[in-house]
Amino acid sequence: MSAAPISLRPKSGSARVKDIGFRIAMGLCLFFSALVLIALVVDVLLDALPVLNSKLLTNFPSSNAEIAGLQPAITGTLWIIGVCAVFIVPIGVATAIYLEEYADNTKWWNRLIEVNIQNLAAVPSIVYGILGLAFLVRGPLSLGRVVLAGGLTLGLLVLPVVIISGREAIRAVPPSIREGSMALGATQWQTIYKQVLPASIPGVATGVILALSRAIGETAPLIVVGAATFITFNPGGLTGDSANFSALPIQIFSWISQPQDDFRQLAAAGIVLLLGLLICMNGLAIYLRNRYENKW
Amino acid sequence: MSTADPAVAPATPRTSVLGVAKRRRGEDAIRVGLFLAALMSILTTLGIIFSLLSETVAFFGEVGIFDFLTGTEWSPLFSDPSFGVLPLITGTLLVTGLALIVAIPLGLGTAIYLAEYAKPTVRKVVKPFIELLAGVPTIVFGYFALTFFTPVILNDLLGMDVPTFNALSAGIIMGFMVLPTVASISEDAMSAVPRALREGAFALGANKLQVSLFVVFPAALSGIVAAIVLGVSRAIGETMIVLVAAGQQPNFTADPRQSVETITTFIAATAKGDIATGSTAYKTIFAVGMVLFLMTLLMNLIAIRFVRRYRQVYE
Repeated sequence: MSAAPISLRPKSGSARVKDIGFRIAMGLCLFFSALVLIALVVDVLLDALPVLNSKLLTNFPSSNAEIAGLQPAITGTLWIIGVCAVFIVPIGVATAIYLEEYADNTKWWNRLIEVNIQNLAAVPSIVYGILGLAFLVRGPLSLGRVVLAGGLTLGLLVLPVVIISGREAIRAVPPSIREGSMALGATQWQTIYKQVLPASIPGVATGVILALSRAIGETAPLIVVGAATFITFNPGGLTGDSANFSALPIQIFSWISQPQDDFRQLAAAGIVLLLGLLICMNGLAIYLRNRYENKW
Repeated sequence: MSTADPAVAPATPRTSVLGVAKRRRGEDAIRVGLFLAALMSILTTLGIIFSLLSETVAFFGEVGIFDFLTGTEWSPLFSDPSFGVLPLITGTLLVTGLALIVAIPLGLGTAIYLAEYAKPTVRKVVKPFIELLAGVPTIVFGYFALTFFTPVILNDLLGMDVPTFNALSAGIIMGFMVLPTVASISEDAMSAVPRALREGAFALGANKLQVSLFVVFPAALSGIVAAIVLGVSRAIGETMIVLVAAGQQPNFTADPRQSVETITTFIAATAKGDIATGSTAYKTIFAVGMVLFLMTLLMNLIAIRFVRRYRQVYE
């Protein structure tokens, strides 16, 4: 504030006009951002309305838009998300516990783990697809284009989300709880397992749900690890010949890529389904957070 | 936090009145197990670097590094291939630039409004709403750009006569995808500025405009820079919007009305066709993936540094 000393004289008219104008401009920024979100939802809903019916859920993809449906995409998404959840919950929570309860921050390796996780959270999703392609689909594990490879790739992608929110939940448990437990003779792990973890479960669960809802919408890494766009069966396992899979966003992408309007409508219907699913999951996360939040 | 009881541990732990502490191997095992889980993230990074590096080295065994970095023609899948990566980089930067033109002013405006003007109740409703926007899958934005923004807004409303696939539409809509990142993080940074700074300025007769722009904004600058850099990183790494709405023409151009190909869209489009392991096309994916990884790594490290700085100052 060294350049222009603020005068104590009553504000001149132009300063007040500028002030009000600025306020309106800032409000308009918010309004405009919200408007785009609303336009997006309305546009998708209007496009989808004519084809939203139960056929969409039960039919298989087809080159005939009249009878094309999403069934293998839905089952594929459920399989992948299942694998993803089984992978991220133990590893994510264990990492969060380690970083919050055990890690000594003066040690370089612990700081490295921390910065590394922050960086991983912002690595482009398609790079995880490349990792999955090189290590899981081909290369060392050579699983092929199967459910397990897709689920693990998405798991690695959203793991930082679980870790970061898990750490926040654990940090929110006040130290007095730990001190009380230890004063009664509990060991560190007994304290964590019996006191800290139960108290932080709502926060951890919220993080896991948000991570899974991010995984559901990811398209690019699944394209790279080879999710199928045209598939006529549901996945029959984690690996092997019957484990090829499609997924909701993959099917949507495949339909968008068709030039005919009929398929665009189907894509819009798929988006409505996807957004509905995401809203439910986010709603559940918010509910969990509000219902079970501990006030210390 | 340490398991050792400070009252017992220091001088003579073995002859304490409380008796000899039994070594708990289970506790140690758990500690090691948790540490191994934490190492998973390091392994992920090493896996990314190793997979990119090994194929990239093989790629440069076939294609000169100089031709790769300075060539202006990108046609790696043609029978007479050309491996100049510049069109992909300019395509990426063009779309990212357009996204920032939208995301920076709107994102910062939204952040200032929420941090400085909005009532707490409004803020409590609007902030999650903005964060919801961050959770919309990018394929949805791609659909919106292709089927609504290009034909209805750009062509009909603004009369621009752009082709179906163009960088402009993809870039602008990507701006709205990046906006929540910019708005949310910079709002956090502005809210972390202590009240006393604002009150001091008000006491000197400053109005809200002056406080917002000349007190809060500079005080929160490192957080705002971090928000923008993270936004850049997200824009560079975004795939689906560009894949759907910008076409896949590796044009070496700065004209936003043309179709462009970005690094990410090349990777996705090439990996989609089932290419043979070890073929030049396969290696190309990793070589441009390396370029992408290094670009975003640089951005992320800058952002992490700036976030840490503002946290240290006010928290």
